[in-house]
Amino acid sequence: MRRTPRDSAESVRKISRRGLILGGAQLGFAGILGLRMRFMQVDQADEFRLLAEENRINIRLIPPSRGQIFDRNGVVIAENAPSYRITMVREDAGNVEDVIARLSTLVELDEDELNRALTEMDRSAPFLPITVADRVSWEDISRVAVNAPALPGVTPEVGLSRFYPHHETFAHVVGYVGPVSERDLARYEDPEPVLRIPRFQIGKVGVEAKYEEQLRGDAGAKRVEVNAVGRVMRELDRREGDAGTDIQLTLDSGLQEYCKARLGQESASCVVMDLEHGDILAIASSPSYDPNKFVRGISVADYSVLRDNNHRPLASKTVQDAYPPGSTFKMICALAALESGIMSADDTAYCPGHLEVGSRRFHCWKRAGHGWVNLEESIRESCDVYYYELALKVGIERIAEMARRLGLGEAPDVPMSAVTAGLVPDKEWKLRERGASWLIGDSVNASIGQGFVLSSPLQQAIMTARIATGRNIGPRLVKRIDGVDTPSRGGESMGMNENHLRQVRKAMHAVSNNRRGTGYRSRIVSEGYEMAGKSGTSQVRNQVVRNEDVPWEQRDHALFVNFAPYNNPRIAVSVVVEHGGGGSAAAAPINRDVTLQALYGGTPPLEAYPSADRSRIKAQQERFAREREERLSNASSRA
Amino acid sequence: MSYLEYTVKTVPAGFRKVLYLNWPLVILLTAVAGVGFLMLYSVAGGSFSPWAEPQMKRYVLGLIAMFVVAMVPIWFWRNMAVVAYIVSVLLLVVVEFFGAVGMGAQRWIDLGFMRLQPSELMKVTMVMLLAAYYDWLPIKKTSRPLWVLLPVVLILLPTGLVLTQPDLGTALLLIIGGGLMMFIAGVHWAYFGMVIAAGSGFVAMVFRSRGTDWQMLKDYQFRRIDTFLDPSSDPLGAGYHITQAKIAMGSGGWTGRGFMQGTQSRLNFLPEKHTDFIFNTLAEEFGFVGAVSLLILYVLILVFCIFSALQNRDRFSSLLTLGIGLTFFLFFAVNMSMVMGLAPVVGVPLPLVSYGGSAMLVLMVAFGLVQSAHIHRPR
Repeated sequence: MRRTPRDSAESVRKISRRGLILGGAQLGFAGILGLRMRFMQVDQADEFRLLAEENRINIRLIPPSRGQIFDRNGVVIAENAPSYRITMVREDAGNVEDVIARLSTLVELDEDELNRALTEMDRSAPFLPITVADRVSWEDISRVAVNAPALPGVTPEVGLSRFYPHHETFAHVVGYVGPVSERDLARYEDPEPVLRIPRFQIGKVGVEAKYEEQLRGDAGAKRVEVNAVGRVMRELDRREGDAGTDIQLTLDSGLQEYCKARLGQESASCVVMDLEHGDILAIASSPSYDPNKFVRGISVADYSVLRDNNHRPLASKTVQDAYPPGSTFKMICALAALESGIMSADDTAYCPGHLEVGSRRFHCWKRAGHGWVNLEESIRESCDVYYYELALKVGIERIAEMARRLGLGEAPDVPMSAVTAGLVPDKEWKLRERGASWLIGDSVNASIGQGFVLSSPLQQAIMTARIATGRNIGPRLVKRIDGVDTPSRGGESMGMNENHLRQVRKAMHAVSNNRRGTGYRSRIVSEGYEMAGKSGTSQVRNQVVRNEDVPWEQRDHALFVNFAPYNNPRIAVSVVVEHGGGGSAAAAPINRDVTLQALYGGTPPLEAYPSADRSRIKAQQERFAREREERLSNASSRA
Repeated sequence: MSYLEYTVKTVPAGFRKVLYLNWPLVILLTAVAGVGFLMLYSVAGGSFSPWAEPQMKRYVLGLIAMFVVAMVPIWFWRNMAVVAYIVSVLLLVVVEFFGAVGMGAQRWIDLGFMRLQPSELMKVTMVMLLAAYYDWLPIKKTSRPLWVLLPVVLILLPTGLVLTQPDLGTALLLIIGGGLMMFIAGVHWAYFGMVIAAGSGFVAMVFRSRGTDWQMLKDYQFRRIDTFLDPSSDPLGAGYHITQAKIAMGSGGWTGRGFMQGTQSRLNFLPEKHTDFIFNTLAEEFGFVGAVSLLILYVLILVFCIFSALQNRDRFSSLLTLGIGLTFFLFFAVNMSMVMGLAPVVGVPLPLVSYGGSAMLVLMVAFGLVQSAHIHRPR
């Protein structure tokens, strides 16, 4: 069919018109596209550039290395030891199962940890290294390194982890670190980003926790370029962080080791204080635990063993537990009486073995009675009735005030966890806390450190130190921090009459050195080293039964405090043996041994001991030396 | 239908035809394809494999196809229009059939050396058919209802097949392309007014259908529309792509971050960076200057088509050339709108630049038709 010329012209005209309209519309739309490009790439370019940079640049924190902890002589207590682990990258490994199988012939792989690692590997990006074995030995690492060609994707890695080379010895003082938990994060309003680094460790208890800020240091940072799935392409720049501050404690690791060994398997605690600056030379709680187990995350089984032990290894008994001070409280009563002027050292009381107060009869520990006793004899032989009479005359308020002056009733200022204030009761306290008025019997009980009175072993040591020096000496646990000495806690004179103090000290000397003294059997015989002490027995039960006849949990706590040397006091020692029975029998020998060890700065000569004890002490010293050697050889094989 | 109406004597014959090719158009096409090779080389991290090299081979193949098609007289292609259309529809059905049997939403047929997408072919053969139809139809009848209905059916048939694949982007291009072909051919304005009114009603109904039993779009299609309207509503899901694409685009600035320096594409933040979103890589690495340059190349190709069509007194040639120009325009306009956040992400490649065999080959064949019309125009 051939079109007429008119038709053709019509066709061309129409197509031209419509074609131009459409062409114009197309060009117009292209113009809009061009404007859009201009808007995005010119006007909004800076915003988009910023977004692109945010996409590609990640800031990664570099964990700071934690400050170390040393003892007073520079012996390391807490350090950062290299810890080896084996990681695996899925995409490099190829056949994961094959590689794992080959790896397990070289290194012992923990079944649970391996399963956890495999699930983690499945879930995370293929280029991320996943830890398949943690805390492996150097030998394992070298075996893996040597066989690297057969183990694609497997890398031995080294990191720093907290290590406590003395294991159990400092556990209760220094505490331990552990991975940051949700609870730790919740404690901070705005947690530092460094806390979110995987595996980052912070102090959980003890000095590690109390000095967390100083020990932690400041994190460094590096800027890395990442791709869309988070793989690091390259490092752009980095700023190294600042390592944490080193801390030197006042502790003497040798003495601390000795205390721990001497306490043995008893549920007991021991504090040794230096009397010049108030330095705590040793503060041991027994039994103990290995803080290294907590660093790596303690197993449920290990933890329940610790938790269910009735000797409470986890408890820091020196500061956290408060006991009735028993007869060690008598020095406080005596000083209160002397300082108030109500009694003098020569005043006597008659002890028939008991005292009637109101309708109640209070017994002396010695049923037969002590007869007429003066102050020195009352302390030397620990006569209870003397103090019943004293309390009736002096009153609880003066006794409580003296107790507070000597450091009881307030938490000692030491950077340890769960430090107890103990309890110094008075009339106001009883009304407030118990809603009852003070009874005369309460005063009588308090006079021999029973009833409501509570104090911790550390407070006992502080009390003894203050009596020995006349100064309000305080405990100092941190000697140097960041190379700067901390101020001395030697304290100033408490303003007590020196005569009164001397009379009490003389009485304490008699406890240890007079034939009739309760601590005579545990005396020191070497000249110039004599100790002055006081025993205490704090009742756990009410009925009067011999300790040997009741189960362990119901036996009395044995306490003993002392300072030495008597003529020139250098140290104060406080020992509590839980359920140990009488203080003079169970605790005093420990005081004596620890005192000698501290004064001699090592194993004392046998001549320092009464001749009757020497053969037994010799055997004990040999045993400790043997155990110490075993421990050292174990430690070196473990490291 | 006969070639008698052409003044055969004035049409170049033999190898002289080569001289009558629209050479500027060939150069423009090669320039655009060259941009594509450059970007494919860049997104592969500075490597010819896996994308740039096959793309270059296909372009050479496409160029040969274009020359072959251009040498064949345009009246032959007009006579082939119906056959081409029927073959395309059949191929769509075959794809649908095999898709139903085996591989889910299969959009291509494996020819061994390449994968042919019948839906791509359809875009051109439908333009051919409509041009031939309006060439055949007496002009007076153009706006008669019955003669309007027939091309509508011819448009909706392949559109429906494409929709079931499902490929919403191609379906939309087919409808818009076909409708505009009818517009060029001179169908009365009133029809378009009605269609736009009805279309608006239909769109409203589609949205109303959401969440009901007779839901007309797939959930993912609705979500794409949501995401288009507000990309920040889903920054890590579907909105992630468009957000990252816009960041890539915008961060280019005036002159871009430099060849192979685009962080968004190099670090894989940019999705589909070798196909649908390749324009963002260009915009990131060469900035506003590079992006607008490509846009200008496209517009020049379009302008060449329009000029060629308006100079051509043959109705079929004019309609065909305008239609192919239009198809080309729809390709790059929809793709650019999409990657710049002006339109929902529907999966339309950037013509001659995005990696992909069918689209490139089909477009080159289409430009072969344009060249044939140009060479064989009545003089």
